[in-house]
Amino acid sequence: MMAETGLAALWLAAALSLLQLVLGIAFLRSSPGLLGEGDHPKDGGGAFQEPDSPSTERRSVPLPEASPGRIYAAAVRPVAIAQALLVGLSFLLLIQLFLRTDLSVELVAANSHTLKPWLYKFAGAWGNHEGSMLLWVSVLALAGAAVALLERRLPERTLIATLAAQAAIGLGFYVFLLFASNPFRRLDPPPVEGNGLNPLLQDPGLAFHPPTLYFGYVGVSIGFSFAVGALVTRNVGPAFARAMRPWILGAWIFLTLGITAGSYWAYYELGWGGWWFWDPVENASLMPWLATTALLHSVTVLATRDSLRAWTVMLAVVAFSMSMVGTFLVRSGILTSVHAFAVDPRRGAFILVLLAFYIGGALALFAARVGTVKEGTTFEPVSREGALVLNNLFLTVLLGLVLIGTLYPLATEAMGVKVSVGPPYFNAVAGPIALALVAAMAAGPVLRWRRDRLAQAARRLAIPLAVTALAFLLVLVLAPGLSILELLALVLAAGVAVASLAPLWGRNLRRTPLFTWGMVVSHLGIAVSLAGMASNAAFTRERLVAARPGETVKVGPYSIRFDSVQPIVGPNWTAIEGRLTARRGSRAAFDLRPQARAFFAPPTETSEAAIATRLDGQLYTVLGKSDAEGRWQLRLWWKPFVTLIWLGGAMVALGGFLSLVGRVRRGRRSAAREEAWA
Amino acid sequence: MRRLFLWLPLAMFALFLVVVAVKLRQPGDSTIRSHMIGKPMPEFALQPAVPGRAGLRSADLRSGRPRLVNVFASWCIPCRAEAAQLDALKRRGVPIDGIAIRDRPEDVAAFLQANGDPFDRIGSDPRSQVQFALGSSGVPETFLVDGRGIIRLQHIGDIRPEEAGQIYAAWEQAK
Repeated sequence: MMAETGLAALWLAAALSLLQLVLGIAFLRSSPGLLGEGDHPKDGGGAFQEPDSPSTERRSVPLPEASPGRIYAAAVRPVAIAQALLVGLSFLLLIQLFLRTDLSVELVAANSHTLKPWLYKFAGAWGNHEGSMLLWVSVLALAGAAVALLERRLPERTLIATLAAQAAIGLGFYVFLLFASNPFRRLDPPPVEGNGLNPLLQDPGLAFHPPTLYFGYVGVSIGFSFAVGALVTRNVGPAFARAMRPWILGAWIFLTLGITAGSYWAYYELGWGGWWFWDPVENASLMPWLATTALLHSVTVLATRDSLRAWTVMLAVVAFSMSMVGTFLVRSGILTSVHAFAVDPRRGAFILVLLAFYIGGALALFAARVGTVKEGTTFEPVSREGALVLNNLFLTVLLGLVLIGTLYPLATEAMGVKVSVGPPYFNAVAGPIALALVAAMAAGPVLRWRRDRLAQAARRLAIPLAVTALAFLLVLVLAPGLSILELLALVLAAGVAVASLAPLWGRNLRRTPLFTWGMVVSHLGIAVSLAGMASNAAFTRERLVAARPGETVKVGPYSIRFDSVQPIVGPNWTAIEGRLTARRGSRAAFDLRPQARAFFAPPTETSEAAIATRLDGQLYTVLGKSDAEGRWQLRLWWKPFVTLIWLGGAMVALGGFLSLVGRVRRGRRSAAREEAWA
Repeated sequence: MRRLFLWLPLAMFALFLVVVAVKLRQPGDSTIRSHMIGKPMPEFALQPAVPGRAGLRSADLRSGRPRLVNVFASWCIPCRAEAAQLDALKRRGVPIDGIAIRDRPEDVAAFLQANGDPFDRIGSDPRSQVQFALGSSGVPETFLVDGRGIIRLQHIGDIRPEEAGQIYAAWEQAK
C-alpha cells in the first residue's frame, strides 16, 4: 500500500504544479499593466532608495476584491504549499520503504539489502537514480513553498510569475519521474534478497552530502524563477534584488557546505589522498557555485547601486542552468564518474528535452525582454562596483574554463576522437585566475561605492600589502624550490587573510552589521582554504612501499611500523586490517588501522584509509594488495595543514549564514518601520 | 549589435544541445585505445634510478634495434609478478629498459635484487612526468619502441605468461 500511496501523492503533486502554473498564467493575463512594473520611473530609476523603499505592491492599483484575478492570486500560494507537502510525503514514504527493506519494490530490491546497517537503509533511499531524482523534485517543491510562505517583499505580480515559473520547472521533472523513473514500481514476484548498495556509498557521508548539496543545487532554482518572473513582469530593480538576495544566499550556503563535505568525503573514502579530482560531477557542482557566487556579488551591486541589471538576471538564469546541465551530465550516463548510476540513454534524452525547454526558454526570454530593461546607474572603474565587476569577470571566466574542460571530451568524442581532460589542464588554467580572483577579493571590500582613489585605497591596504611582502620573503627563505603557483598561493593566502579583516578596522565591532561580519568571515575562510590547498600541494610527503610486517617506513616527520595484518568482520563486509604504529620524535606513539574491505552485497572491494588528524596536518594511510611473499602495498602521506581546506570551506558557509541572518533581520526591521509609517 | 549580442547565450546553449544530442545517440564505448601508437617517444632525459647504473634518455631508444620500455615501481605488486616474464624475454634476446615511477634508489635496488634485473638502463621518474607524457596511467606498463624511436605497442598491466609470446612476436616484427 505504501508504494501506491507514494505514487498517488506524486501524481497529485504533479497535478498541483500544473494547477499552480495555470493559475499563475491566468492571473498574469487577467491583470495586465499595473503600476509597479519594471520601468516605472519611481522604481526603475530610483537609485537612491536605500535603505529600503516600500514595495511597489503597495503602490499598484489593487484589483477589485472578487475579480477572478484576485481569486487566482489568492490560490497560488496555498497550491504551492500543498504541492510541497504531497511530494514531501511521497519522499518520506520512499524512505520508509527502504527502512523496511520492502523487496516487492523494484528500487529497494535493486539498491538495498536486509543486512545493511540502519543508516545506509535510510540514506540508500537517495543513493540511486530514481530516489535522487525524487529528492531533487522534493527540494524544488519545498523551495517553491518556502517562497510562497515567506516572501513578502516582491511585488505581487512578480511573485506570482515566480511561483508559476517554479511550478513549470517542477512539472517537467514530475513527468520525468512518473514516466521514466518511477521510484515506486512493484516487482512481482519479490526477490528473496536485495542487491545491496554500492559500497563506496556505504558511509555516513551519504546521509549528509547529497541532501545538503541538493538543497543548494536545486535551491538555486529560486533565483532562476525570480529572474523569469522579473523578465515576464518587466520588473528588474533594487527592490527585486533585495528580495532575491536572501534566497540566493540560502542556496549558496547549502551549496558551499555540500561541496566542502563532498570534497572531504571523496578525500577519505576513495583512498587516493586527493581532495579534488576535477571529476565531471565535481565540476557540475562547482559551476553552479561559481555562478551563484558571482550572482551574490552582482545582486549586491543591483540592490545598493541599481547597476548591472541585465547581467544579474543573466547570472540567475545561468546559475540554475548549470545545476540542470549538471543533473543531465550525471543522470544521463553520458559521462562516467563515481556519481553516475547505471542509466539508460532514453532518460538522458528525456532530461535533454527538459533542458532545451527550460534553459532555451529562459535564454530566449532574456534575449527578447532584457533589451527593454533600462540600464541602471553608472560608476567609475575604481570603486566598490568596479571591484565587484572584476570579481564577476574572474568568476565567469573561471566558470567558462571549467565548463569547456568538462564538455571538451564530449565534443571531441562526438566527432570520433577520445581525449581526457585532467587535473593538469584545470590546475594550469584555473589556478592563475583563481589567484587573481582572490587578490581582487582582498581589495574590493576596502573600496568605496561609486568612486574611489587608487592612492587612498592603497593606503588602506598598506598593512595587508606589507604582510604579503613579508610572507613572500619568508616562503622564499624557508621553503625554496616551490612552484610559482604554490608560492603565489601561500603568499596571497597570508595577505588576503589580513586584508579580509580590513572592513572591521576602526569600527565599533558590536555595532558592525551582521552581514559585514558575514563578508569578513567568508573572505577569511577563502584565505584559510587557499592556505590549506597551497600547503597540501607544496609540502605533502608521499611514500609508496611494498612492506613486510615488522618493517618501518618513514614519511615526513613520522616513522611508521607495520606491525601485522588481521582479518576482521563487519556487518556486511569482511576486511584485512593493517596494524600500524606511528611515532614522531619523542611524542606518544599511536595506532592506525587502514582496511582493505570486501563487501558481499554487491561483491566489491574498497579501501578504508586510516587518517590521524593533528593540529599541523594529517597522516593518511592506505593498505593495498599483497604478494605471494607476504609483502603488502602501503601508501602513506603526511599532509601538512590539509584540514584548513575544509575548515575554510565551513567558514565560507558560516559567513554566508551570518550574512543571511543580518539581511533577514534588517529586512524585518525596515518592514516594521513601514508599518509604523503607514 | 547589442540586440544580437543578447542572443549569444542562447546560440551557445544550442551548440551544447547539438553536441550532447549527437553524443547521446552514439553507443557507449569504454575501451581505451592508445594514442601513442605510431608516434615517436616523447623527449626526456631521466636520471639513473640506481646509483652507478645508466639513466634513460629518449635518444637511447633510437638505437636501430627495437626495444621494450617497462614502466614499473618497487612498491607495485603486479610488477613482481611480471618480473619472470621480463627475464624470459631478456633471455630470448629482447633488450629492455626500465622507468621507475615515484621511487627511491634503495627501494629500486632491493626490488632488482629480489626479482631479477632484466634492464639495460633504468631511468627514475620521481614525479610521474614521463609516465604521463607516455600516456601511461598505471604500473606496470610496457612499450615496444622500434629502432627509430617510434612506439609500436602499449601493453597495459602486467605481462602474463600467456601474453609473453605475443610481445615477443611483436618485437620480432618490429625489427
